[in-house]
Amino acid sequence: MMKTFREKLSGRVFFALAVSSIAALALITLFILVKGLPVIRSVGLFKFIFGMRWAPGRGEFGIFPMIVGSVSVTLGAALAGVPVGICCAIFLAEFAPAPLRNIFRPAIQLLAGIPSVVYGFWGLLFVVPLIRDHLGGPGLSILAGSVILGIMILPTVISISEVSLLALPRQYKEGALALGMTHWQAIKSVLLPASKSGIVAAVILGLGRAIGETMAVIMVLGNAVALPHSILDPVRTLTTNIGIEMGYAAGEHQQALFATGIVLFVIIMLLNSAAQFITREKKHK
Amino acid sequence: MPPKMAIRRLDFFYEKKQALFGLSLDIPANGILAMIGPGGSGITTTLRALNRLYELTPGARMEGEILLDGKSVHGADVSVTQLRRRVGMVFDVPTPLPVSIFDNVAYGPRLQGQKSKKILEEIAERALTQATLWDEVKDRQHTPAMRLSGGQQQRLCIARMLALEPEVILLDRPCSGLDPISTAKIEDSLTLLKQQYTIVIAPHNVQQAGRVADRVAFLLSGRLIEEGPNGEVFANPRDPRTSDYITGRFG
Amino acid sequence: MKKARRREKLARAVIWGAALLVMGVLLFIIAHVLIKGLPVLSWEFLTAPARDMGRAGGIASTIVGTLLLTAVAVAIAIPFGVGTAFYLAEYTKEGAVTRIIRFSAESLAGIPSIVYGLFGFLFFVVYLKMGWSILSGGLTLAFMILPTLVRTAEEAIRTVPRSYREVSFSLGATKWQTIARAVFPSALRGIANGIILSVGRCIAETAAVILTAGSALRMPASLFSSARTMAVHFYTLAYEGISMPNAYGTAALLVLLIFLINVVANALVNRFVAKGNK
Repeated sequence: MMKTFREKLSGRVFFALAVSSIAALALITLFILVKGLPVIRSVGLFKFIFGMRWAPGRGEFGIFPMIVGSVSVTLGAALAGVPVGICCAIFLAEFAPAPLRNIFRPAIQLLAGIPSVVYGFWGLLFVVPLIRDHLGGPGLSILAGSVILGIMILPTVISISEVSLLALPRQYKEGALALGMTHWQAIKSVLLPASKSGIVAAVILGLGRAIGETMAVIMVLGNAVALPHSILDPVRTLTTNIGIEMGYAAGEHQQALFATGIVLFVIIMLLNSAAQFITREKKHK
Repeated sequence: MPPKMAIRRLDFFYEKKQALFGLSLDIPANGILAMIGPGGSGITTTLRALNRLYELTPGARMEGEILLDGKSVHGADVSVTQLRRRVGMVFDVPTPLPVSIFDNVAYGPRLQGQKSKKILEEIAERALTQATLWDEVKDRQHTPAMRLSGGQQQRLCIARMLALEPEVILLDRPCSGLDPISTAKIEDSLTLLKQQYTIVIAPHNVQQAGRVADRVAFLLSGRLIEEGPNGEVFANPRDPRTSDYITGRFG
Repeated sequence: MKKARRREKLARAVIWGAALLVMGVLLFIIAHVLIKGLPVLSWEFLTAPARDMGRAGGIASTIVGTLLLTAVAVAIAIPFGVGTAFYLAEYTKEGAVTRIIRFSAESLAGIPSIVYGLFGFLFFVVYLKMGWSILSGGLTLAFMILPTLVRTAEEAIRTVPRSYREVSFSLGATKWQTIARAVFPSALRGIANGIILSVGRCIAETAAVILTAGSALRMPASLFSSARTMAVHFYTLAYEGISMPNAYGTAALLVLLIFLINVVANALVNRFVAKGNK
């Protein structure tokens, strides 16, 4: 009797615990929306998203320059990080001798664990001056942010791409080699296409990480609210807008920062859903 | 004497695929029944139906009746955990849990709430002795079970089941993958155990059935072809398919 | 044929180059922090309170702050994360419910830490009136690490061989007994690995912590005190140019901690795998 009671209880308890993830997501969504939506309503969705001026003191809230900033830095990060990351994944899955691989894998985990503020600081000390001295401009720029974020998304891109490369049946490669292809030809024309969905998911998740990063980019982007004209110009992103101004914002200004959070949240959810959709498609095949 | 267990018109399904067709079989008390047949005949399925372990497999279901001491094992008053304690099972691959030898043997009694170290030690000694493993492990009962050899691991699994003092013992190809010496040890202990227990074994080959079984049942593609005393089935099979199988023409 | 061979060589060179570049950058970052920071580390630096906004003195209060915040986050997230994993792996079939739970967990994993910070500020600091405190920060981080715990624990549970469950059931165990006595002990290493990785995330987090735990440099008196973590302290010292040596010292300690955490996590996983293969 006691026992069946415990059986039923354990099932219920586990279910209750499992609902926590749903509750957490709902709670986060709800609170951010409730706080941020009023300001979007009073400014107008179109003016909020496409407005060029951000002047909290005068009640002007347009975040278009920041959207441009986030998108440009994220694309820059993808250009800098994705090719290197995929090459590194191919290296680990196909070329690396075992001892080297055993050093590489933990090293890349370490790369994922280092606090983002450390990356930002490193960028401020080395990348920013390098750009200022050799390419011109203030150094604090889209380019500097792209380089730092490009490094920061490497662990995501590398590990997920490597997993999807390793998940391929061995016959794929052996078949290709048996047809007389060189190793690189086999990788290029058989292995990479076969693991395409995993690599695309890796890139999307990497983009999600880049667009959501705050502390590292605060230090290297310059944070000016203006449309950039070149990659050497400073920008402000959606995340840094929140990170910089939350400390002192109040009233409508604070609401506008939550509204910035909503836009960021929506972009991230879209990216995530895309990645989940792609990986699920693969499973169904 | 009434049979210890009885299978009545058992139809068994995995999803839509039928694995057993109207199987009826008596399992006499205090003897060894060997179920022989080529792979896929439904022998493992039958064994897993007897202790209702099939219920762990998604999509598996059965029709018909299985009786233990004349009472249905699906009866409303039967608890499945109680049933599995009375009908013990040993699997084809040795499956020690990743704990010490002693903790493996004590696993079942502890489930029933036995906490006394002294009683658990007594149970362990008795069960390990019955499984002919005691002499080999008595001085290292607290070392990991995974360090034992394959044959020792399988005898540990037998001891673990015996610790519960079951009434019926189901052995699903218990010697597959074991060396001849381990196999002989296990067969020796089976002949001792049958005085106390009712044993159903799926032997890993026909010769083993010949060595240990009192009665033999031959299954083919989910149907019982014939059943009878060991000597009769092997000496004068009634069905030509039985003689084909035991003389090694197929399977 | 010649062209193919030349291409092969070129591709090899590019791939090796990319790999070496990644390692080079990693080494550069770590070496820079350690070379500048290790000389600053001393017993006194670790145990003395900060003075003059961190210009002088040590970082004792930020170490305590980091540990308390992480402890709160992990203590609260573990039951939910591990419980969810057991529910997904043991108690239910794949269906609508698991899809919604998985979708939620995966979505949580993608939410940027600054958004967690916004939420934590609004919910814990303001709405539940906990103020900027270790409790607010810890609860916010608990939300943040929940998906990591769910994923790693579920993987660990699923790698427990099915035979362990069958053995346990065949010995008359109930479902709960099987989970508590056969599955959980075997999955423990993998679960511990997930917990340690989560600890690493908590230690490294900055954005969400600033918005929820504040940045008071005093030694925290209770869980309701505001506290500054090492990562936040490093950010403040470095970005506001308060004290470079102390910033480097803090960063070096952070990097060493993260390194240690990775070593422990890997040791757990490797022994876990080795045991599973036997």
